[in-house]
Amino acid sequence: MVFLALVISVIVGNILVSAAGRNFFSSGNLLDVFSATSVLGIIALGQTLVLISGGVDLSMGVVASMSTLIAAGVMDNKQGNIGAGVGFALLFGVLFGLFNGILIGLFKINAFIATLGTSLLLSGYLATNFHGSYGQVPAAFHKIGSTNIGPMPLSTLIMWSGAVLFYVTLKQTRYGFHIFAVGGDTSVARLSGIRSIPVLIGVYVICSLSAAVAGLILASRTGVGSPTIGTDSKYTLLAIAAAILGGTTLSGGVGSIIGTISAVTFLGVISNVMSVIELNSFLQDVVRGSLIILAAALYAKKSSLRITPRFSRAKV
Amino acid sequence: MKKLGFHFDLGILIKITINLLKRLSKNATREISSGRKRSVLYGNPNMAIYLLLFLIFTLIIIKSPAFAEPGQLIRFIARVSPLAIAALGQYFVILSGELDLSIGAIVTSQVVIAGTLIGGNEARVMPVLVFMFIFGGLVGLFNGIIVAYFRVPSLIVTLGTMLVLTGSVYAWTGGSVGDNPVDSFRQIGREGLKNIPIVGILPYSVIIFLLLTSIAVIAVRRPFGKAVLSVGGNRLAANSSGIQVSFVKIKVFVISSLCATITGILVVGYAGVGQSVGAGYEFATVTAVLLGGVALSGGRGWLLSAIAGAFTLEALFVLLNFYSVPSTYRDSVQGAIILIAVALTAREKSALRIFKLRSKN
Repeated sequence: MVFLALVISVIVGNILVSAAGRNFFSSGNLLDVFSATSVLGIIALGQTLVLISGGVDLSMGVVASMSTLIAAGVMDNKQGNIGAGVGFALLFGVLFGLFNGILIGLFKINAFIATLGTSLLLSGYLATNFHGSYGQVPAAFHKIGSTNIGPMPLSTLIMWSGAVLFYVTLKQTRYGFHIFAVGGDTSVARLSGIRSIPVLIGVYVICSLSAAVAGLILASRTGVGSPTIGTDSKYTLLAIAAAILGGTTLSGGVGSIIGTISAVTFLGVISNVMSVIELNSFLQDVVRGSLIILAAALYAKKSSLRITPRFSRAKV
Repeated sequence: MKKLGFHFDLGILIKITINLLKRLSKNATREISSGRKRSVLYGNPNMAIYLLLFLIFTLIIIKSPAFAEPGQLIRFIARVSPLAIAALGQYFVILSGELDLSIGAIVTSQVVIAGTLIGGNEARVMPVLVFMFIFGGLVGLFNGIIVAYFRVPSLIVTLGTMLVLTGSVYAWTGGSVGDNPVDSFRQIGREGLKNIPIVGILPYSVIIFLLLTSIAVIAVRRPFGKAVLSVGGNRLAANSSGIQVSFVKIKVFVISSLCATITGILVVGYAGVGQSVGAGYEFATVTAVLLGGVALSGGRGWLLSAIAGAFTLEALFVLLNFYSVPSTYRDSVQGAIILIAVALTAREKSALRIFKLRSKN
């Protein structure tokens, strides 16, 4: 379904872009499309995993912001500190994910509530201690955000390799099957001998880690750390929207990485077309919002037909 | 109060809170496991919020006795009213098993509509007021129809509505903040009935809040409230009992949007027109409702507890203000209280469920 939306958006986008006198498939334009998808893509990958496990992670945006601050702060424009900066940012992601995972897995707190709580905790800390940009990344690290290989930015390649990794994990490994099982029905998974707690903790660690990676890419792109960069662009909510458009359900147990990546690319194509035809940037949000609702409505209508009715009269 | 040697710090506050909640949950489980009649606390797991509210009020009054004066209290209620009214709407939505993330965007857009359309023109107050309610109702209708008939998760629908509303407001005003509407309009949120005995001034916002709360309390006890409750508890069972589930869901979203509209009208009074006035309302209302012990999955929760949740949240901010904690920590406090309060009630419920399963075997 989302592939259809992607194909339609590419065709319509091509027409609109040609009407504006530009070529959609020029390497410069494709570069724009791809680089717009990298950060959202990485966040959406982590979010997909969490959604499949039956939860949701609302803290990804703040974690990405914190990761840019840690990276830029630790690096402090010194070439030798790149490793330490990346390491600390990733470590923060792991620890934060561990915290989320323990709250949700061990203490059985609803994922929405727990991650809303932890994200508010962190955002209060960010708002109090950081005002404006902070730190500076060295030129070598800055290159990661600006290097292109052919029509593909390096950051998008990172996103794609992450997607392949996630795809293989979900489809081929024991851990991937466990995530689906726990998301489908925790008690059935438990009765089948799966320890759901480590699975859930692992999922949230991976999710926060991917938010931290997204933060590193943002830092390498802007060159500085910023306390609001992850939340301003509504990455968290757009990532949930992308995952849902890609066929993942909010109730867990169902989802696909390919769908998520297609949905992210779909959103990227829309953004790109809107900038090329020079649509007012505020109206872009309007279009994005309407398309999310429209696509979700079409998708939900279709998928609800696929459910075999168990009780013929109970059509709710 | 320092003269008396009282010295409370935040650590003690948090310890007391945790102990109180722990004891509450322990009491509840003990009552059940000993097989006696269900305790009041178990019947109402939402009681904890009143104790917490009482505790925070006590701490505020110890710090600043003037807060207990009727005039000050009324002023405090007036300050909570916008949030409490928005939380009222969110309560019905959450009770029906859905979630409304568009509340903040509705508040912002109503504020901007009031500022731009009314401007300095006294004659436009009434027509624009009517327009605002129609607009709010339409937004709710849209959310409700998409959720009910197209079966889109409400998280996604209201997220989309949020993007559309904020985007169109920015595009319409060109990114610049409009002027404040005329004073007669702003008085709704700012002024009140004068020369009232005891309290001195009775703000209109308090009157509106009390009025809406009473209507809601009646509505909860009428068939409509029961319908919302059962839709949130079990959609199929509700449908089988003859409740029109889709219709109930639409109504719930319309109520939420109308409440957000009223919040917007009140907010213009004291905060003026701005593009971020509504920001954060969606999660603040969710926090308030959850604090009141309402289950996020729907079908369980008290209306008055949800409102007490809004009061607790706002009282906590006042308390922190007295302890001169920077206001930027508001978010953190909100997060901490969500984790502490909601976590403990959630654990209590799951413990009970396990026990029930065991007793069956």
